[in-house]
Amino acid sequence: MFKFILRRSLIAIPQLFLLSILIFLLAQAMPGDALSGRFINNPNLDPAYQSELRDKLGLNDPLPQQYARWIGNLVQGELGMSYVHNVKVETMLESRIANTFWLGLATLILTYLIAIPLGVIAGRWPDTYTDKFIVTYSYVSFSIPIFVFALIMLYIFGFTLGWFPTGGSVDVRVEPGSWDWYLSKLHHLLLPALSSALLATTSTIQYLRNEIIDTKLKDFVKTARAKGTPERKVYSRHIFRNSLLPVAAFLGYDIVFILGGSIFIEQIFSYPGLGQLFVDSITQRDFAVVNVLVMLYGFLSILGTLLSDIILSIVDPRIRID
Amino acid sequence: MATPAVNNNNTEIEKVKSPSGFKIIVREFIKDKVALISLILFLGIVLYVYIYSMGLDTKEVTRVDIFNQFQEPGPVHWLGTDYGGRDVYNQLILGARNSLTIGIAITLITSIIGIALGLLAGYYGGWVDNVVMRTVDFVLVLPALMIIIVYVSIVPEFDVRKFIFIMSLFYWTSKCRLIRSKALAEREHEYVAASKTLGTPDWKIMLFQVLPNLSSIIIVNMTLNLAGNIGIETSLTYLGFGLPESVPSLGTLISYSRNPEVMENKPWVWLPAAILILVLMLCINFIGNALKRAADARQRLG
Repeated sequence: MFKFILRRSLIAIPQLFLLSILIFLLAQAMPGDALSGRFINNPNLDPAYQSELRDKLGLNDPLPQQYARWIGNLVQGELGMSYVHNVKVETMLESRIANTFWLGLATLILTYLIAIPLGVIAGRWPDTYTDKFIVTYSYVSFSIPIFVFALIMLYIFGFTLGWFPTGGSVDVRVEPGSWDWYLSKLHHLLLPALSSALLATTSTIQYLRNEIIDTKLKDFVKTARAKGTPERKVYSRHIFRNSLLPVAAFLGYDIVFILGGSIFIEQIFSYPGLGQLFVDSITQRDFAVVNVLVMLYGFLSILGTLLSDIILSIVDPRIRID
Repeated sequence: MATPAVNNNNTEIEKVKSPSGFKIIVREFIKDKVALISLILFLGIVLYVYIYSMGLDTKEVTRVDIFNQFQEPGPVHWLGTDYGGRDVYNQLILGARNSLTIGIAITLITSIIGIALGLLAGYYGGWVDNVVMRTVDFVLVLPALMIIIVYVSIVPEFDVRKFIFIMSLFYWTSKCRLIRSKALAEREHEYVAASKTLGTPDWKIMLFQVLPNLSSIIIVNMTLNLAGNIGIETSLTYLGFGLPESVPSLGTLISYSRNPEVMENKPWVWLPAAILILVLMLCINFIGNALKRAADARQRLG
């Protein structure tokens, strides 16, 4: 098992390396460089001085040298300057990382709150109408594009019924730090998180359902029944516990899914997070920020997949590659 | 389809033969009413959209007529008009046609890449398998949506072909993985060993023996992929990084809802396109699931 974990982690290293090269090359293809932000307010600057500065900053060096410097800065947390806003990229990320984190966390919690009971019910009473309904829901939720679903949710619950705010991350009139402020934050989170969660449940429901149906036939369950364990306890103590473990492995994949969806969710609910920052930066052609965000999302998705693969290999030896 | 019993020697075998693939599919659809309705609805929409759009000229439909701005649905404009006074119904038909065509194109291209590489990796195994699968693993962890968006916004002279190209570059991986795992199991069968002993070249075994045995899985996968690809295309177009404006898609109509005024008070502009996407996705999925059950004897209803 440790051999697998080691091997699997070793795969992630070249992946990260390739990702960084890819993004570096993309960055080279993007218009603008580290100086664009500082010159944007000063078009009268002498072009000769500009090129001199570029030489000094090493922007005309050969690519491998530039790459080495870029990756070195990245590792040390030097993310560069925004081309458009003339502030450090770190500063632009700060407030938004927290927002995206809370949105992601709320989505994860809601996903499991919805998926686990449904998966358990479907697995315990398979081939009933309830089960068929749940299975259909899980297929349907898999096929609906997230932006269409989120828009319709926003239209119904935000605009028509008015139950939820239609944008932002917090009511600006409320004093920061107060109890109302936290409530307002939660209120703003709920609809986007729910829209995303309702579509993220597919794999958890289906895996849990199949797992429970399989576990039911295992010998230890028969033993428990033979000993006269009440049916309720057979499920809660024996089957449920054994089936839930593999579901934990989907955590990493779910994080990757939710991150990908956040680009749309944040745009639709005008929620000031990383996904919205990405779309805004692309529109303003602020490629310094774009670059960092693509790298960050890629990094998180490599990490998330790694996490899931490792957990899955621990709880389900069948999938281990050797 | 069963071969017609012209050859007399075959007739006896014919009787005990299990039902042909096509018959199984028909039986499955008759048994599953939701899938049947989906199939009829889907074919109906596709035919209607392609036939109706033959009489439409994109330039004509997307011409701005500022005096007709935001007309409510009525006898002249069935679904009203958008902010540029353009008829929503005509845009809906054109958008659906473009979204479908591009979805089908991407599905075909990714299928060819995925099947070819998956077959090679699964059939040969060894280092070929290693190279292909590590590439797949890498492409799968890339933030594909973001990279596509970056590409769309920096590439000069962006057009439909470039959009199909960049989409195809990222979405062949899951199919490759699936085909590879099936081919890996398939090559252990006796018929492959027998063919090899007879001296049949590898490419012939792959194309004419292994591939036909995977056809049902491929059809199921392509159907479900079509839904996914249409979803991704419309999503990107909604954000403004999909099809160029000269090629309206369903996502274009929905993107008008980014204006809160349109979103709240003029739902006729974007809601029909959103509902049409939902209906198409659901139809394709129910059809795909019926095909999936038909392909797997343990799951069949009929």
